[in-house]
Amino acid sequence: MLDIALRHRFGRDGFGLEMGFAVETSGVTAIFGPSGCGKSTLLAAVAGLLRPQEGRIHLDGVALLDTARHIFLPPEGRRCAVVFQDARLFPHLSVESNLRYGLRRAPAEADGPGFGEVVALLGIGHLLARRPGALSGGEKQRVALGRALLARPRLLLMDEPLAALDAARRAEVLPFLARLRDAARLPILYVTHALEEVDALADRLVLLEAGRVLAAGSVEDLATRTDLPLAARRDAGVLLPCVVQEVSAEGLTRLAFPGGELVTTAHPGPPGTRLRLRLRARDIAVAAEQPRGLSIRNILPAVLTGIEPAGDAGEVFLRLAVGPTTLLSRVSRQAVAELGLQPGKPLWALLKAVTFDHRPGAG
Amino acid sequence: MLAPEEWQAVRLSLEVATRSVLVSLLPAIAVAWLLARGRFPGRMLLDALVHLPLVVPPVVVGWGLLMLFGVRGPIGAPLDAIFGIRLVFSTEGAALATAVMSFPLIVRAVRLGLESVDPGLEAAARTLGAGPLDRFLTVTLPLMSPGILAGAVTAFASGLGEFGAVITFASNIPGETQTLPLAIYAATQVPGGEATAARLAAISFALAVGGLLLAELLARRMHRWLGRG
Repeated sequence: MLDIALRHRFGRDGFGLEMGFAVETSGVTAIFGPSGCGKSTLLAAVAGLLRPQEGRIHLDGVALLDTARHIFLPPEGRRCAVVFQDARLFPHLSVESNLRYGLRRAPAEADGPGFGEVVALLGIGHLLARRPGALSGGEKQRVALGRALLARPRLLLMDEPLAALDAARRAEVLPFLARLRDAARLPILYVTHALEEVDALADRLVLLEAGRVLAAGSVEDLATRTDLPLAARRDAGVLLPCVVQEVSAEGLTRLAFPGGELVTTAHPGPPGTRLRLRLRARDIAVAAEQPRGLSIRNILPAVLTGIEPAGDAGEVFLRLAVGPTTLLSRVSRQAVAELGLQPGKPLWALLKAVTFDHRPGAG
Repeated sequence: MLAPEEWQAVRLSLEVATRSVLVSLLPAIAVAWLLARGRFPGRMLLDALVHLPLVVPPVVVGWGLLMLFGVRGPIGAPLDAIFGIRLVFSTEGAALATAVMSFPLIVRAVRLGLESVDPGLEAAARTLGAGPLDRFLTVTLPLMSPGILAGAVTAFASGLGEFGAVITFASNIPGETQTLPLAIYAATQVPGGEATAARLAAISFALAVGGLLLAELLARRMHRWLGRG
């Protein structure tokens, strides 16, 4: 369990932060929020690089910080390795020496993947003899990932590790992050303001705004909530864990999810591939009767379980149950009135097969 | 080409300058650290004290050293009584006077080097488990080394030419404390010494230019080594 409660104010009437949450220490917990919401401050406090005025941070029962008991473990005693946005590789050391820097200082009993394993995992074997100055942005970030992992930390902290990269570099590094997550078997706290990274990597989500925790929970659960700022985004919608069933000769992929199946023109991978789809609420339409003669490939029988405000006066969210799975659909109030939509009413949810962009590596 | 006494002055100058740099390097790194990173009362006072030799006439610095390190001075007397060390009128004394005079130059350069070190890299070292001394030796020191080198070379070059403090504290003894500038001065004081003075002046000039070129070359190498292109 990672148990955090912090209170900190910068300057006399500067930015203030007051937050508390507890998450399981397994998998990836994303700390998500707009710039200036305090997510990097939170990460610095966990790493020990910032000393909050008041608070406690307990990691699996060990007090890293407890101002009431005058405990402040220095960063070098916390074993919380950080992957910084700007990589921060040591410029005077080779890539190999950078990678071994934390490994040399890790306690002998600390367990974790070996040097060769990490180098292979991140595909950086050909860079070992080079200096960081001769690496591309994406390569630097892969080396920084390896260096942090090889320090054999109890907790891996990532501070927007992809934010300084352009879209192409991000796409290059993201799969390595997913591989690292699966191989590392250690808890990761992942600070980001990019929802794609949350979708692709995170198990749990802590939503921050203006120094406060708005909500904390599983990514899937929070994606179905319509009362959070997430719902106001264009790409708001549920996250659906799927498994590829079949890839047909016509180029359609059939995906299974709890309670039904979808077809898509995206190519997430061979049968058995796990992925997480974000079904944008604005891409889902509903029909009161089973429609015929439509180009739409996905027509899912559903039950309307709720009608919730969508921020915009003319629109609402429909909460739909497809077996055990919840979908959100964003429709006009006019449509709700015309179709006589009421909770409990059976409907058909409509999704075009070409609408999904898949997120690799999530599961 | 050169008379034996002239060679002696060249050799002595190189020796005094080298020893002065060796003596002042470690204290200079410590003082630069305190001035750049330290948060303590009296930091401004220390800063002023370190820079004093830049503004006080060198003769006054030499006189101050004479007061402190003379055989009856508060430091010189115990040094003589306990260790039998007499700094006045000796090569060691010339090196000490040179070290004090060039100390602000080294401290300035080392401090610039230290301030150019990205604190983010030291923070990264901390999160990877490096304690204070460990990260100083493995991250801070290598990254500030261009500053240390620049300070050492500048102090060496200026140490070759230190005159006022040396002649006041260590006197002008051929073979002991008569460095290049003192030998040039002595040569100008005797009839027919013009040729000697000219030769020694040319050597001083060549050493200074050579030192600057060497410093530039080393600095470039070092920056390449640090991956700063």
